[in-house]
This record gives sequence, C-alpha cells and structure tokens, in this order.
Amino acid sequence: MKKLVVLGAGLAGTMAVNRLRPHLDSDDWDIVIVDQDETHIYQPGLLFIPFGMYRPDDVIRRRREFIPPGVQMITAPIEAVDTDAQKVLVNGHTLEYDYLIVATGTSPRPEQTPGLLGDAWRDTVHDFYTLEGATALADRLDRWDGGRIVVDVMELPFKCPVAPLEFVFLTDWWLQERGMRDRAEVIYATPLSGAFTKPVSSRRLGHLLDEKKIGLEADFYTERVDTEKNVVVSYDEREIPYDLLVTIPVNMGADFVKNSGLGDELNHIVVDRRTFSPEGHPNVFAIGDAAELGTSKAGSVAHFASEVFTANFLRGIRGLPPLEEFDGHANCFIESGFGKAMLIDFNYTTEPLPGKFPLPGIGPFTLLEETEMNHWGKLMFRWTYWNVLLRGKDLPLPSRMLLAGKESS
Amino acid sequence: MTSTAVIAGHEVTIDDEGFITDPSVWTDDMAAALAKNVGIDELTPDHWTVIRHLREDFAAQGETPTLRRITSNIGIETKRLFELFPKKPGKKMAYIAGVPKPRGCI
Ligand SMILES: Cc1cc2nc3c(=O)[nH]c(=O)nc-3n(C[C@H](O)[C@H](O)[C@H](O)COP(=O)(O)OP(=O)(O)OC[C@H]3O[C@@H](n4cnc5c(N)ncnc54)[C@H](O)[C@@H]3O)c2cc1C
Repeated sequence: MKKLVVLGAGLAGTMAVNRLRPHLDSDDWDIVIVDQDETHIYQPGLLFIPFGMYRPDDVIRRRREFIPPGVQMITAPIEAVDTDAQKVLVNGHTLEYDYLIVATGTSPRPEQTPGLLGDAWRDTVHDFYTLEGATALADRLDRWDGGRIVVDVMELPFKCPVAPLEFVFLTDWWLQERGMRDRAEVIYATPLSGAFTKPVSSRRLGHLLDEKKIGLEADFYTERVDTEKNVVVSYDEREIPYDLLVTIPVNMGADFVKNSGLGDELNHIVVDRRTFSPEGHPNVFAIGDAAELGTSKAGSVAHFASEVFTANFLRGIRGLPPLEEFDGHANCFIESGFGKAMLIDFNYTTEPLPGKFPLPGIGPFTLLEETEMNHWGKLMFRWTYWNVLLRGKDLPLPSRMLLAGKESS
Repeated sequence: MTSTAVIAGHEVTIDDEGFITDPSVWTDDMAAALAKNVGIDELTPDHWTVIRHLREDFAAQGETPTLRRITSNIGIETKRLFELFPKKPGKKMAYIAGVPKPRGCI
C-alpha cells in the first residue's frame, strides 16, 4: 500500500485530493489530508467584510463537504516534517508517507513588525486577511467618523497582491456612499516603486489611484509602527501619520516548513515549475501559496498550477518524466468600487495587457478597464470557488495563458 | 531598450535604468564607479560583504535576493542596509553588484 499525505485542506490541498483520488486505485493508495481546523474560509470574500458587503456566514463552509470519499481527513496541527525518515508529526502522532504534498499556504504574521501587535491592534491598527481581522475592521469602520486611513503593505511577496489596492478603491467608494469622502484621506503605502509591479498595469492602476484621489507612498518599506504617535515609520525614516491603519502583515508559510529545512526565509518552498518538488526531494511537493513559484500567490494561480501538477505527479509515480511546465498564469479581478471591477491576466513572460478576455458562454470580460461585467465576474468567483475550483473541476479555460484578445502595449 | 556605456574603462550593455544586462561581464573595479552614480562615494568592507553576497546568491539561485533574504543569510540588519545603500537599498545594491533589479515579487 502506498501512502500519500497532503498537508493543509485549504484551496490547493482540497483541489489536489479531488483531482488525484479518481486516478489512484484505492487498493493501492491510501490518501490522508490534514488541517488544523474544520472550517474552510473563502478568503477572497474577506475583502468585502469590512464594508458590510459580506458577513462572516457568507465566507464559511465545513471543510469535510469538499473532501471526496476515500480520503481520510485528520483535524490536528501539523508540528514537524522529517524528510529523511518520511514522517510527519501531527499532534504528537506520527504519520508515515511515501509521497508528501505540502499545501499549508501562507498567513499574516503581525508579530513580525515591531509595534503592530500592541494595545492598538484591532482598535486603530487592523488587518483584513483573517476572519477575525476583517470582522473587527467592519466594526471599526461602522463607528468611523472621518480622518486619515492608511493601508500599508509590510513585505513582499504576500498573497493576492491586488487585495490592498481593491481595499483602497472600496474605501474610497464606501466613504462616498456614507457622505464622508471630504472628511477623509486615503493613503496606500507599498514597498513597490508604483501601484503594482508590471509596468502597464502599474500605470493604469496608478492612474486610478490619482482619479480617486488616493495618495500613493511608494518604496515604503515599513520598519515599525509607533502607536503612541500614530505613525508608521519606514527604514529610510519617512513617517506616515494615520488615524486608522490597515496593514497587510508580513505573510509567511507554516513554522514546520522552516524547521523541516524545506523553506526559504519566509517559510515558502522553492519548487521546480514542472515537478513542483523542492530540489533534492523528489517525493515531496509544494502547491498553492506554500510554494514559491515566482508568480502571484492567488487562488487562480493555484488552480491553473494544479492542472500541471496533477498531470506531472501522475506521470512521476509511474516513473515517467514530467511533461508541461507551469507558465505562471494568473487571472485576477480587481474590485474598484461603484459596482465595477477590472480584470488582469498574465504569466511569467506576458505582463497584464488591455483587451478582451474570452470566456466561453459568459464573457467577454474587459482587461484592465473598469466595467460592471467584471464586477459580476468577481462576485461569481465565490460560486466558482466552492463549486468548481475546490471540487477539482476544470474551468472552461485552458491552464496556459492565451494571447488571443490582448492588445499589445 | 538597451544601450552601451563605459564603466571603469569597460564597455558594457545597460538597460534603460542603467543596470548591466549581463551579470557575467561585471568586475570588481566597476563597483566603485557604479556606486558613485548612485551617490555612494566610498565602498567600505560592509558594502563589499553585501555586494559579494549578492553576487554569490545570484549565481546560486539565478535571482537577485530580497532584502529579507540578505538579512537572514548574512545576519546584517535591514536598518544597516538602508545606511549603506540609502533610500532604495534593494535597487542600489543590485545596480552596484551588476545583478538584475530585484523582481519585486508579485
Ligand atoms: C483578503 C484576500 C483576498 C483574496 N482574493 C483573491 C482573489 O480575488 N482571487 C484569487 O484567486 N485569490 C485570492 N486570494 C488568495 C487565495 O485565497 C489563496 O491564494 C488560496 O487560498 C491559496 O490556497 P492554499 O491552499 O495554498 O492556502 P489556504 O487556502 O490558505 O490553505 C492552507 C491551509 O493550511 C492549513 N494549515 C496551515 N498551517 C497548518 C498547520 N501547521 N497545521 C495544520 N494545518 C495548517 C490552514 O488551516 C489552511 O486551511 C485572496 C486572499 C485573501 C487573504
């Protein structure tokens, strides 16, 4: 009997067991999946909670609903991985494996930035990457009466790189809805040199920030938060005063990844773009946000990558060499307020470009422009997430990025 | 867009931001000239520790290390990197060490 152990039952882990179980004979293969808790959170929905557009109930489902028959689920914290002995320590018990898939994602670590976790945490200093954080921020905004809102990204990379931009766009919209825009300032601080990395989209998104009168503080690498003076301080000693600070804390992979020796300085696992294995560990794989692939950490990326990963994994166990290489395909809606959104589609070699995005039966969506259609696409993503992505089904889209419909810059 | 520049007597190809496009043509004596271009008049042993590390890590990984990676690899404080390479340490040290601009990683 062969043993496949999957660590993490978030999007990537759940998708993997749904895709692999039908191809692995249950007489020959045991599959076990481990997660620390029972509830699956639809993380893209966390963006909407602070503005009262979604409530916590809208983003929570039971993990087990999505785990297929024939896969054993264990709910317990993962403590350690020993790749030499091929063992995982889960809540004091040992699990042996022949093949190991690490899918424990990446999560916000406010303790990494001095001053963040003090008395002001969840009072004047917030985050929205966790359900607790997003809910506390909804309460805070409900009592908000104007002032300076600063949204600060602490470190790169972080998951869903467009989420903080969406957050400032929605803040601008929400303030206008409440008739408070003239009493508020909105500032976006980022370690990047512009609104986004890739030049064309960075320009377009930067332009949108200007239009919405949102201040951009670029090249801002935060050293600490001073909650006495209510300022964020960068390493080059710039200070940004705030009344309300919304942070994207440093994002890091699980601690057991670090202790196993598999991780980089942020506990992410650098893997090969074909096999999804870290160097020197052919029976270990990392998928989803836990993997460092040099592209965005996002659900759409995890989905496109999973097609390549599954195919190559199934070849690998039969002793065949991997075929395709993952092209870094990412596809993200960017909610921009007032019932509109933008769409970007890119990979390792092609940056996000304007044009049309063909989606059979539904589209076309418009790339890099604000439209209502894109907003519906964004809202529809929740249905797609629960019913298509998690279940390991294919979207009516190829995993590789298409150039059709895109204009050249 | 690339162009040609003469740095410390060597003719090299640079990109539109002035970064040397081929890390393998970089030599030690170019560092001082590149440093002057970004307002660093003297390269101290601490600067050199960082520059050497950037070269080695780039050679091993095929990618320019991030500030966090440098601090965790050689145990230097981020604050110190900002003193050595003021304002934009990530870019400046890559520029001086002749490796590509850090990717920004998004
Ligand atoms: C605010 C926000 C908005 C986003 N918006 C979008 C969007 O619009 N589009 C998009 O494509 N993506 C979006 N994302 C990103 C998307 O949610 C993630 O990329 C996706 O969830 C990654 O899946 P994953 O399985 O790798 O990680 P996760 O889904 O985070 O799953 C990791 C799992 O591992 C478990 N785990 C971790 N450590 C341990 C341990 N030690 N022991 C046991 N279990 C452990 C966790 O409990 C978790 O269930 C957004 C994310 C956030 C936070």
